Amino acid sequence: MDCYTANWNPLGDSAFYRKYELYSMDWDLKEELRDCLVAAAPYGGPIALLRNPWRKEKAASVRPVLDIYSASGIPLASLLWKSGPVVSLGWSAEEELLCVQEDGAVLVYGLHGDFRRHFSMGNEVLQNRVLDARIFHTEFGSGVAILTGAHRFTLSANVGDLKLRRMPEVPGLQSAPSCWTTLCQDRVTHILLAVGPDLYLLDHAACSAVTPPGLVPGVSSFLQMAVSFTYRHLALFTDTGYIWMGTASLKEKLCEFNCNIRAPPKQMVWCSRPRSKERAIVVAWERRLMVVGDAPESIQYKQLTIQVLLDRLVLRRLYPLAIQICEYLRLPEVQGVSRILAHWACYKVQQKDVSDEDVARAINQKLGDTPGVSYSDIAARAYGCGRTELAIKLLEYEPRSGEQVPLLLKMKRSKLALSKAIESGDTDLVFTVLLHLKNELNRGDFFMTLRNQPMALSLYRQFCKHQELETLKDLYNQDDNHQELGSFHIRASYAAEERIEGRVAALQTATDAFYKAKNEFAAKATEDQMRLLRLQRRLEDELEGQFLDLSLHDTVTTLILGGHNKRAEQLARDFRIPDKRLWWLKLTALADLEDWEELEKFSKSKKSPIGYLPFVEICMKQHNKYEAKKYASRVGPEHKVKALLLVGDVAQAADVAIEHRNEAELSLVLSHCTGATDGATADKIQRARAQAQKK
Amino acid sequence: MSPLDRIANVSILKQHEVDKLYKVDNKPALSSNEQLCFLVRPRIKNMRYIANLVNADKVAGRTRRYKVIFSPQKFYACEMVLEEEGIFGDVSCDEWAFSLLPLDVDLLSMELPEFFRDYFLEGDQRWINTVAQALHLLSTLYGPFPNCYGIGRCAKMSYELWRRLEEEEDGETKGRRPEIGHIFFLDRDMDFVTALCSQVVYEGLVDDTFRIKCGSVDFGPEVTSSDKSLKVLLNAEDKVFNEIRNEHFSNVFGFLSQKARNLQAQYDRRRGMDIKQMKNFVSQELKGLKQEHRLLSLHIGACESIMKKKTKQDFQELIKTEHALLEGFNIRESTSYIEEHIDRQVSPIESLRLMCLLSITENGLISKDYRSLKTQYLQSYGPEHLLTFSNLRRAGLLTEQAPGDTLTAVESKVSKLVTDKAAGKITDAFSSLAKRSNFRAISKKLNLIPRVDGEYDLKVPRDMAYVFSGAYVPLSCRIIEQVLERRSWQGLDEVVRLLNCSEFAFTDMTKEDKASSESLRLILVVFLGGCTFSEISALRFLGREKGYRFIFLTTAVTNSARLMEAMSEVKA
Repeated sequence: MDCYTANWNPLGDSAFYRKYELYSMDWDLKEELRDCLVAAAPYGGPIALLRNPWRKEKAASVRPVLDIYSASGIPLASLLWKSGPVVSLGWSAEEELLCVQEDGAVLVYGLHGDFRRHFSMGNEVLQNRVLDARIFHTEFGSGVAILTGAHRFTLSANVGDLKLRRMPEVPGLQSAPSCWTTLCQDRVTHILLAVGPDLYLLDHAACSAVTPPGLVPGVSSFLQMAVSFTYRHLALFTDTGYIWMGTASLKEKLCEFNCNIRAPPKQMVWCSRPRSKERAIVVAWERRLMVVGDAPESIQYKQLTIQVLLDRLVLRRLYPLAIQICEYLRLPEVQGVSRILAHWACYKVQQKDVSDEDVARAINQKLGDTPGVSYSDIAARAYGCGRTELAIKLLEYEPRSGEQVPLLLKMKRSKLALSKAIESGDTDLVFTVLLHLKNELNRGDFFMTLRNQPMALSLYRQFCKHQELETLKDLYNQDDNHQELGSFHIRASYAAEERIEGRVAALQTATDAFYKAKNEFAAKATEDQMRLLRLQRRLEDELEGQFLDLSLHDTVTTLILGGHNKRAEQLARDFRIPDKRLWWLKLTALADLEDWEELEKFSKSKKSPIGYLPFVEICMKQHNKYEAKKYASRVGPEHKVKALLLVGDVAQAADVAIEHRNEAELSLVLSHCTGATDGATADKIQRARAQAQKK
Repeated sequence: MSPLDRIANVSILKQHEVDKLYKVDNKPALSSNEQLCFLVRPRIKNMRYIANLVNADKVAGRTRRYKVIFSPQKFYACEMVLEEEGIFGDVSCDEWAFSLLPLDVDLLSMELPEFFRDYFLEGDQRWINTVAQALHLLSTLYGPFPNCYGIGRCAKMSYELWRRLEEEEDGETKGRRPEIGHIFFLDRDMDFVTALCSQVVYEGLVDDTFRIKCGSVDFGPEVTSSDKSLKVLLNAEDKVFNEIRNEHFSNVFGFLSQKARNLQAQYDRRRGMDIKQMKNFVSQELKGLKQEHRLLSLHIGACESIMKKKTKQDFQELIKTEHALLEGFNIRESTSYIEEHIDRQVSPIESLRLMCLLSITENGLISKDYRSLKTQYLQSYGPEHLLTFSNLRRAGLLTEQAPGDTLTAVESKVSKLVTDKAAGKITDAFSSLAKRSNFRAISKKLNLIPRVDGEYDLKVPRDMAYVFSGAYVPLSCRIIEQVLERRSWQGLDEVVRLLNCSEFAFTDMTKEDKASSESLRLILVVFLGGCTFSEISALRFLGREKGYRFIFLTTAVTNSARLMEAMSEVKA
């Protein structure tokens, strides 16, 4: 008869337990585990063993050996340890093996025994050596905590983003604490340590003594402490064989138990099954195992997410399995298949025995243009393995040219990077590359490169215009761009130079450049400007008033307004001011001065090249109807009507318009007929119109 | 008004403990505050301003906190300058990816007036990325665009960059129903003529006269008929403005006086009212009437002020000359008119505008005029404008006629290459070949000058030419009309060749099938380098005629004066 309860053993009064083997380990261990440093990764991850960690004998033959096994004991890697003595091993959440050396260096290995990187826990640790070390996990990553020979703690809460923190001193601490652990509360990592009968909590600012609630008196030292995986619970084992279990915040006691064993346990850990409501600790001595538990409210355990599961498969290079899972779960490509393919490609580029062409082709065949796959990431990995040529080949598959640029720069293919940046249309990226090129190439080569890339050239010119004027000049010189050189010096004559001699000199250089550019117009205009500038200077010296930087027109006007008519005329002759302009200018200036006498004299000096209508207009603008009328009579027939209307002589305007038989003029006059006064005139026009129509 | 005013005005900023606001210009900010925040465009000039300020503080031994916010994005060159000036460590930088400001129900502005000079003069493509980002934002909001058309090199680049952004982030817009059926890209340099004309529809005229900034205008005392200036928002919410904004100016006054009479009549109704009716009137209608009254008197004031400036003979002559230039009549007479304009120093910007209009409509000035007008201009307005002319030549706005009037086949081919991104190696000098305007030929092909039989009734416009008194259909708008009609560039080959720009059209049938018929009537027009209110009015008219609805996205609202100012070199 089968007895279902046969393998269940009583535990206390009301509970039973049973032991059965889930699976047997595949490994063939020759050493005792107790002689090794052992680290098992969480969630059934790999196991690392360091054999002969303490090589007291100096013989080289007994160098430590690092073995990595899967959780079921399948060997994954084995390597001879050639670095310094190791104090502690641990796995990060990303399944990287962290090996903490006595000198504070932490060596990082992948789960296939591939060396990844190393980092140091700082100078203080190096000087005082590592006494003890813990690798711990928080929701932000995996951290390392170190106890040094000087009994100080240093920790980094996340080895992925290394920030070392040296914890404050524990007052009066002369020897190593009897036990310690890391705690994580409110996103901050603390250290809890026991010194004799006292417990201290260290945070980054202070060290404070703490007391667990409901602790029995008479404790003279703590032998072990254990914190649960989620940092919610804490267990303490005292020298009286008493176990205290409570919250890690030390605010609440859950239960206590006296086991009457006073020997220090080898190990004490929290254990619970997922979703189980039972919380328990397991305490182990050399030949005894004890489970202590209580059964209060529910605890939810975070489970492995599907993403983490996939990551783990990828780490184990089980790509096809991972892809099948993705497809089975119908994960979106970007999160699923693409990501795994990208990982596969990154692994592929590390296969040194395959040629660049074959690797590139294999990758492209498998990946094609799968969305979410970044060829530039894969290329970066290839470059990281020292395969520059392969990286360049892979980059060719990258559709976004902008993405290619950073890696090309890193690989010192700056010219290629420049054309890719230009292709991307991202000017900022182009500029970044330009500055790289500028530092990398000598000036001549740099300019040559620019010459072939107009877009980059104009961008660099823009920069130089504001920041490196001399370079701008060199750029134009190199291109024999005399037109722009001319403009450059013209600008300098306004902006950079203040002394008149300097300004004239700049203009002279500009003139020469314009001649070289065969821009005779600009050259002549600049020569004129030099003359004018010199003359304005002289005028300022000799006469009152400001002349510098006025236009030619304004210079003459200023002279007239100042009563220097002779000078004005001289200037007009010297600079060959056309008659029309001179007449407009004088007319305006004299009217401004309200010098009606001089204006009349001027109007009679010769036949006006601009006619006399402008005289009428300008007088009316100054509200001088009397003067205006004088000129209205001299206005030629085509503007006569306009002039008469301007001075308000509607009747005569009507007569002229009728005489001209001009319909447009007639309606213009008519539109000016207002009120009763012009009634007769309006009638006259209407009659004339009627007559015209009869004919 | 500045874009910042539209988003967070001074009082909002004060509520958030902003002590004082300074304009980033050449003057130092004399603030005693411990924190300074700079909201700037990513320009080297601004970096130097900040560097000077920070370094002055250092010399004075004072420590403050500095924050630089770049809008719409940070450029590496700027950080470089901060580093070179030794203050990179002293400031913290941030980005404000602000790219679109809705100025009205149908008008989105990027408020990047510098786009025009940066791209069309300096060849700086920095803002194309910003345009692409803005479009990307729109397509995340309104779904994909089934039909894309465009003309111009910048249009093509913007389109391609935008497509790439879409492809990179596929899935976001995938499967969405398109809400806007068409998008049309247009480079400003393919139609300078329209932008250079004097505006005569009300909104354009207000912009030309008072300058509308960020959808708001400052009406001075001459308009408000008080001693104060008034900031007025001009958009569809202003009921009076909304009715006259697209009208030819000659109708506006009549409309406003009719409106005033109606208003008076509504006020007058209260005479025969009993108490109850009166109570009703006061509580329900009076406020609306008063509001309308206020707006009406403002716009009447604005009209009067415009009339004072514009109905003078000068303006009539000016318009006459412009029309002559557009039609290609009496070129000599127009040239003398421009010469006189310069001689009389009427206005440097106006003179320049007329010169450019002459140059573009005539495919460049004949050598004699090119020289003499420039000489006259330098004499009138100062020799520094030699640089202005160099700018205008480079942008193709003021050029010398080359012997042989039309583009040869080889030139046409070369310029096609120039517009192609892959052929970027052709030097600047060569690319000026592509700047021929060919306005006359295009005008004939597209029938831009309507045949006049009898008076053009501006009250009942028959085509888009009404925005220029019936004399000219805006080229840019005509092209849009033609392409939308054909839903492609088919049959416009000759026009495209004359325009010398690369054109494109893409239709995605799978997207179009998903679009509702209503969304297929919706057209987003993207103006790269700015658009004018006249163009907006013309397209609104076209929309009413053909049952489309246009939405405008422009790098900035522009007009002739702004274009000319962007090209002018002024002494620092």
